[in-house]
Amino acid sequence: MAAHLSSGRVNLTALREAGRRELREFLDKCAGSKAIVWDEYLTGPFGLIAQYSLLKEHEVEKMFTLKPGRLPPADVKNIIFFVRPKLELMDIITDNVLREDRGRSPQRDFHILFVPRRSLLCEQWLKEQGVLGSFIHREQYSLDLIPFDGDLLSMESESAFKECYLESDQTSLYHAAKGLMTLQALYGTIPQIFGKGECARHVANMMIRMKREFPGSQNSIFPVFDTLLLLDRNVDLLTPLATQLTYEGLIDEIYGIQNTYVKLPPEKFAPKKQGEGGKDLPTEPKKLQLNSAEELYAEIRDKNFNAVGSVLSKKAKIISAAFEERHHAKTVGEIKQFVSQLPHMQAARSSLANHTSIAELIKDITTSEDFFDNLTVEQEFMSGIDTDKVNNYIEDCIAQKHPLIKILRLVCLQSVCNSGLKQKVLDHYKREILQTYGYEHILTLNNLEKAGLLKPQTSGRNNYPTIRKTLRLWMDDVNEQNPNDISYVYSGYAPLSVRLAQLLARPGWRSIEEVLKMLPGPHFEERQQLPTGLQKKRQHGENRVTLVFFLGGVTYAEIAALRFLSQMEDGGTEYVIATTKLINGTSWIKSLMEKLEPAPF
Amino acid sequence: MSRARGDEEEYWHSSKFRAFTFDDEDDELSQLKESKRAVNSLRDIVDDDDDDLERVSWSGEPVGRRNKLPSFQSLSDALSDTGVKNYAPELRRPKAEYKDYSSDWSPKDTVRRMQRGKICSLERFRSLQDKLVLLDEAVAGHDGNVITAVLIFLKRTLRREILFRELEVRQVALCHLIHFLKETGEQKLLLDLLRFLDRTEEVALSQYREHLNIQDVEKRREFLKGCIGLPFSAEDTSHIQDHYTLLERQIIIEANDRHLESAGQSEIFRKYPRKASILNMPLVTTLFYSCFYHYTEAEGTFSSPTNLKKTFKIPDKQYVLTALAARAKLRAWDDVDALFTTKNWLGYTKKKAPIGFHRVVEILQRNNAPVQVLQEYVRLVEDVETRLNLATKYKCHDVVIETYRDLKDRIQLTAYKCKVERGSADEEKINSILNNMVRNACFFFQRLSSEMAVD
Repeated sequence: MAAHLSSGRVNLTALREAGRRELREFLDKCAGSKAIVWDEYLTGPFGLIAQYSLLKEHEVEKMFTLKPGRLPPADVKNIIFFVRPKLELMDIITDNVLREDRGRSPQRDFHILFVPRRSLLCEQWLKEQGVLGSFIHREQYSLDLIPFDGDLLSMESESAFKECYLESDQTSLYHAAKGLMTLQALYGTIPQIFGKGECARHVANMMIRMKREFPGSQNSIFPVFDTLLLLDRNVDLLTPLATQLTYEGLIDEIYGIQNTYVKLPPEKFAPKKQGEGGKDLPTEPKKLQLNSAEELYAEIRDKNFNAVGSVLSKKAKIISAAFEERHHAKTVGEIKQFVSQLPHMQAARSSLANHTSIAELIKDITTSEDFFDNLTVEQEFMSGIDTDKVNNYIEDCIAQKHPLIKILRLVCLQSVCNSGLKQKVLDHYKREILQTYGYEHILTLNNLEKAGLLKPQTSGRNNYPTIRKTLRLWMDDVNEQNPNDISYVYSGYAPLSVRLAQLLARPGWRSIEEVLKMLPGPHFEERQQLPTGLQKKRQHGENRVTLVFFLGGVTYAEIAALRFLSQMEDGGTEYVIATTKLINGTSWIKSLMEKLEPAPF
Repeated sequence: MSRARGDEEEYWHSSKFRAFTFDDEDDELSQLKESKRAVNSLRDIVDDDDDDLERVSWSGEPVGRRNKLPSFQSLSDALSDTGVKNYAPELRRPKAEYKDYSSDWSPKDTVRRMQRGKICSLERFRSLQDKLVLLDEAVAGHDGNVITAVLIFLKRTLRREILFRELEVRQVALCHLIHFLKETGEQKLLLDLLRFLDRTEEVALSQYREHLNIQDVEKRREFLKGCIGLPFSAEDTSHIQDHYTLLERQIIIEANDRHLESAGQSEIFRKYPRKASILNMPLVTTLFYSCFYHYTEAEGTFSSPTNLKKTFKIPDKQYVLTALAARAKLRAWDDVDALFTTKNWLGYTKKKAPIGFHRVVEILQRNNAPVQVLQEYVRLVEDVETRLNLATKYKCHDVVIETYRDLKDRIQLTAYKCKVERGSADEEKINSILNNMVRNACFFFQRLSSEMAVD
């Protein structure tokens, strides 16, 4: 049932299994029937580890969403709160507990499971509210790295980037290091560590320190990974700002993929049968899971969107030909064989129907004038055209009050592609934004400046052209149908982060020392000693396995680019990707915006 | 109960739909064994908890007793049902009982234990020296949770000046304290700290942020007024000043208009009742509102568009765009016309648009302007290609026909005939132009041939 996790070079099912076991053990500690009160944010990530049925097996009878007020009356022995360690959630829990009817019988026992970590601050907070003593079990469930797919792990820590680069809070880096230790415990010590950026340096230091402090962690597992590459998101601020142009990337840009699920407008998914003429049109969004378990999706997810249509129509022909076969089936044996293939064919047909509908939805948007205009401006900036003056299109969008996040993405992109904006240009944009969207956004603009996304050009020098040329970030002759370079994922722009990974594998970073110095933070290499006997003797032609860890988030287009490199003949390296959070430009900028509405209490 | 069911269903939908079997576990038995071994070794990292029998909170009180579990255990603490009541605060055990357990831990061990989710007493770190060593250990461990816990302890037990002074040379810890103070809303201490550090711009922004928590507009205005003098950057100061002035205006306009609206005397408010109050809206929205309800007012009133434009130095472009959108929405085409008419000193009128007439056309079109109005502005689009595109798109036949005529493009003009209604004035116009063109061409050829004859 989690077959897609074992399809890659590294079998990630083991990681998931470790997570499931830990969950079962916790549930069994709270003996008797139970209800779980969920911090809603957690249901998605948990769904990737365990289904409701697993919880049911362990006497979970009811589930509620965490909200203030009195808890619903459920006849259970235990109430367990599954929460992130956040103060505002502690306030809700306090409210729940204080309103619990003390006179009810039998009394219900309270427990808290902090995910991913117990927080002393939260416990102190609960204590000040006078409810800490009400909880019997207060524990932590270290859901550090969640397997999303056969080659993809995420911590799903929303605020990691903000915490690291805005607030200098390195807690998420600590979790990343812990997650990496867990991974090494399961898949062997990773002999080589490379990194670029301040946060990368910290994580590597912590890993080395943890290893030194717990010699017991020296394990005897044959190493699966050859190399770990730690990359700071702020080494490459550009990539997430650009619109992703792969199939999966566009689905995420437009509809937002949450924990491998996407919600789509239902109209295109209406059953076309019985000709009941518009009756019972579905109104609930259509919810689909997207991962490599679906054969067709695995094939098209990483393609440039312009190459998806032809694959879909080819598939359609193959499937209808397969269904036609039934006319040729004459003998009982032939018919039997046809029937046995039927379930597979029907699954393939419904998968094809779904993706044709999604592709239609996306096409409506990608063929719109505004999408084209927006993309044109992005590509001009990335190829270095007119990055030093006020852009007309951006001005127009502000005048028409397009969503603020879209404006911020473009302005930040321009700033990054110009190593900062001229003071006059920056002031102009700021004024227009504040006048149109409200002065309180001065706080958000300030955050963006602090994170380095939006800044005045201080050195008076624009390094971006040198970086672009040396790393070949802009490719004019891009082939979207049959790509020969990673730049296909943005129809011309090769993501900087992935280029660094590519150049590290071959010919090595020594060739780009100069450019590495222009990018923020140190670059480094560490080696972890392996006990004799565990050193790998590579078979001829066997690929190396590199784990690339993006600290601060990664986009689907970057993942696609790394998968492209994995599949390259004579590439020599296969990649597994880990990150603090799967992001796109919108969700990323949003995480940096000041919350303007006051908290609900 | 229905809510409960709803939530359950939500969970079903948010997790996988497929029926669950335990098959996968059997299939993966061998892997499981392997990973179990791995996790066992992992335990040393994440769950090394053999050494403590007693759990005490870091503020010094014991929180309860824990049972030691001999078996493989991946979650940290376990309790039998009978241990339950020990957790109630009133049943805490006296301090003396746990003290000797905790007093041996070095700062390093203490931090390490806290990193593993253990609760430790910090009270025994009495001297400043000890406290700082503890803090430095916590910082070296990078675990924000532990750093924050130590900071709370220091905050409680150190004099403010000493705490600030020591944090000034410990940047990471300092960042954590600032983040913590923001999170817990200890605004006063936060501002004191930032002031001590001379981070004046941050003080200003952080104070300004507070206005978001003030619901009452009068109070909010007062608060913003107080923000003006704060040490922002020069650029930001003018924005904050504008923010205050804007709210001040909005309060006046709102009071006035609410009165007008309820009195029912004003036609515009009767015809277009206000959907929301103008309080706390952005400047451009306010300008739109004022162009909509108060367009003709003299510059002297606070609610007049020209007054807003002047006060906030709104650029021409922005002003014209907003006024155009507002007047077009009201279908006040004369106002639209006046917006683009300029008179020179000789008294001749001329049409001019700081935003380009193609943009004017788009905005008018979005407000469903009739073709007669639309084509007047399409005609003013300078670039021929854009003009033709817009005219064709919005069916301004006159403009298309005239443009082709000026271009002397017979082919396109003939082709366009099928786009206009048969027997309409437009068709007639095309025919007459085509005929004229033929006549002119004939005339041209006649002249040409006569000239040739002369030669």
